[in-house]
Amino acid sequence: MSSDALTSSEYIRHHLTNLTFGQLPDGHWGIAENIEEAGQMGFWAIHVDSMFWSILLGILFIWGFSRAAKNATTGVPSGLQNFVEWIVDFINDSVRGSFSAKNALVAPLALTIFVWVFLMNLMDLIPVDVIPEIAKSMGIHYMKVVPSTDPNVTFGMAIAVFLLTLYYSIKIKGLGGFTGELTLQPFQADNIIVKILLIPVNFFLEFVSLIAKPVSLSLRLFGNMYAGEMIFILIALMYSAGLGMGLFGGVLQLGWAIFHILIITLQAFIFMTLTIVYMDMAHTEH
Amino acid sequence: MNINATLIGQLITFVVFVWFTQKYVWLPIIAALEERKKKIAEGLAAADRGVHEQELAQKRALDSMKEAKAQAAEIVGNAKKRADEIVDEAKDQARSEGERIVEAARSELDLEANRVREELRSRVAELAVVGAGRILKREVDLAAHKDIVDALAAEI
Repeated sequence: MSSDALTSSEYIRHHLTNLTFGQLPDGHWGIAENIEEAGQMGFWAIHVDSMFWSILLGILFIWGFSRAAKNATTGVPSGLQNFVEWIVDFINDSVRGSFSAKNALVAPLALTIFVWVFLMNLMDLIPVDVIPEIAKSMGIHYMKVVPSTDPNVTFGMAIAVFLLTLYYSIKIKGLGGFTGELTLQPFQADNIIVKILLIPVNFFLEFVSLIAKPVSLSLRLFGNMYAGEMIFILIALMYSAGLGMGLFGGVLQLGWAIFHILIITLQAFIFMTLTIVYMDMAHTEH
Repeated sequence: MNINATLIGQLITFVVFVWFTQKYVWLPIIAALEERKKKIAEGLAAADRGVHEQELAQKRALDSMKEAKAQAAEIVGNAKKRADEIVDEAKDQARSEGERIVEAARSELDLEANRVREELRSRVAELAVVGAGRILKREVDLAAHKDIVDALAAEI
């Protein structure tokens, strides 16, 4: 529920503001008190809520999975082990389907991405005010609980994937091969002079498509989750508009949440699949 | 919505999680899955072998049963033959024994008859003399009429 003092736009803005730690205008380091302060902190600030929730969810993931892995038996699997094996099998099939080279890192990478992104997205299904209100009662004013609606989080992961693809591109194809891939296609020529003339054009096209990969990878997840979160916030606004609107809002929230289950799973899967595909492209010659 | 150092923090966290997942989640689970796959394959192969062996054993059992039947039939046949032989032998033996007994009895009988006859013969003279003596009231002398008595005895 929005508190009485807030207007609708303030409520929305409040929900979209991270708990930011950085250098305050007066030179001290601390938590930003309002949106303007957070904006002025520049690059060397950190979203405490995004980091907290993403690390918490990540630890939840590796704790559960490593517990299952430690107790893994070759006999009949039960409970948690069965569930974990099911996911591992699913990831393994996905990796085998799209990744043709041999790299022991790709499957664990895909598993981490899928489960972690899914858990981060899952936070979206918690009613938007529950955790912020609890935080408020503890004296924390800003609390954005869905890490994947923070572009820093999605870009952080996408950049990690991007760096990995660059590393493996250069490792597998060599620096020359990788440069050649960037400059000698898609336009090819037999004549050496034409070839040289085509290099800038090719490089421009290839560079844009290279950069587009991490950008689209992160923005796709961010955009979807941000939009979903925004709709939850807008629906939550209806609760303060009388009983009839409130009930209607409740129905809408239920419907959107059910639909959102599909979206969060799909986005996690897309992020994972694209990562596998980018890694595959890094391993294969064109 | 600001891009800031959260990005770097996230990047590092991500790398750490991937490393951890590979080392402590992925490899042990995949190892367990592979081992189970192997175990199942072995189990299936063993089951196949078992079925095959069972078939073989059944065949062997059938064969030995047939053999045993044949052997039993042979044994029964032999026994019957032997029994017939024994019965025949026994019959022959019994017959010859009987004949022998009969023969012995007959010769004994003959012997006895001869002995009795000899005795009678030896005593006939005496009896005849006693009779004749009684009849003749001492008028007849045994020594004087021995030739007549002997002639009489010879006629018996």
